Amino acid sequence: MAEFTLPANSKIKQGKEWPASASGGAPQTFRIYRWTAEDDENPKIDTYTIDTSDCGPMVLDALIKIKTEIDPTLTFRRSCREGICGSCAMNIDGTNTLACTKYISDMKGDVKIYPLPHMKVVKDLVPDLNAAYAQLASIEPWMKTETAAPPDRERLQSPEDRKKLDGLYECILCFCCSTSCPSYWWNGDRYLGPAILLQAYRWIVDSRDEHTGERLDNLEDPFRLYRCHTIMNCSKTCPKGLNPAKAIAEIKKLMVERQY
Amino acid sequence: MGSSERPLSPHLDIYKQEWTMVLSITHRITGAGLAGGTLLLVCWLLALASGQEAFGAVQAFIGAWYGKLLLFGWTWALFYHFCNGIRHLGWDLGKGFELDTARNTGYFVALASVGLTLLTWAVGYASVGGNS
Repeated sequence: MAEFTLPANSKIKQGKEWPASASGGAPQTFRIYRWTAEDDENPKIDTYTIDTSDCGPMVLDALIKIKTEIDPTLTFRRSCREGICGSCAMNIDGTNTLACTKYISDMKGDVKIYPLPHMKVVKDLVPDLNAAYAQLASIEPWMKTETAAPPDRERLQSPEDRKKLDGLYECILCFCCSTSCPSYWWNGDRYLGPAILLQAYRWIVDSRDEHTGERLDNLEDPFRLYRCHTIMNCSKTCPKGLNPAKAIAEIKKLMVERQY
Repeated sequence: MGSSERPLSPHLDIYKQEWTMVLSITHRITGAGLAGGTLLLVCWLLALASGQEAFGAVQAFIGAWYGKLLLFGWTWALFYHFCNGIRHLGWDLGKGFELDTARNTGYFVALASVGLTLLTWAVGYASVGGNS
């Protein structure tokens, strides 16, 4: 049964209001989720105000400015700062997205930042992704073949077959979609979630892969695939503009089609 | 180093109520409501079959303002669940997943369910003259 409320150790308390780094300019307030294993306290919301006229345009720029100028203990993942690594996925202003591609100016009022929803928190905005990566490994996201590759060249694909991978190969595995999905919130231990299912479909439709039937067998399960109720939060939130809900629907169609 | 267990990050409370999840949970709530409301209608029919006294008792409930409100809600739930069910059929065919399309069909379902509900009740009142 789904647990709709947070456990006692996860309830959020009022945190610290940090003094503004500078007065004037274009002040913007950020209300950020904080938690550390170094004390026995509950998570809390800290408030920071920075001058955005002296800051890059993205939420990630603001986080880096806060970490540099106000509070070096603020912890978050980041790497590429251009939406290709997926590290800085978090919940900004109520929806999951990448801090590095989200404009500060897109938001009104205080900016609220939380880790990806319904995940175990390692520290501050860093969620524990081990379970999600284990689910990714379970669908064996690599090409599986029986026949030998041609000796003199790579396995070729027609332009039409290659086109089937468009909208799938671009996934950067940031898990914005999976952690936006209420079904994944309530059944994430058994439901694979949109990110993993989109990956599964990426290999199912690959014309070069020879284990399509086995891949479908592994998904034929009331939970692993069929906990998707087409809520569509995944497609709505994907920072890369992909459509995991459609990929899942295509898997469901193949499940039916292969019976005839 | 504290020994505290890792907390669970907030979810339902902090996630923006987008049209995607609102339309979806409404589908589920109307489905559950329909099951309950249909029991009420079965009671009505059973009472009708078992005699004047029983029918009078159930009719007194359903004919009162709160009974009518329940019936009105049931009618809307029926049309919402029906229209959104058609939307789901489209998805089962792999169609209508583009965000614009999915949003437009969702809003259309919401509007159509209200329109069909009002139409049904208007026709109902027109045909029995409001003397129910």
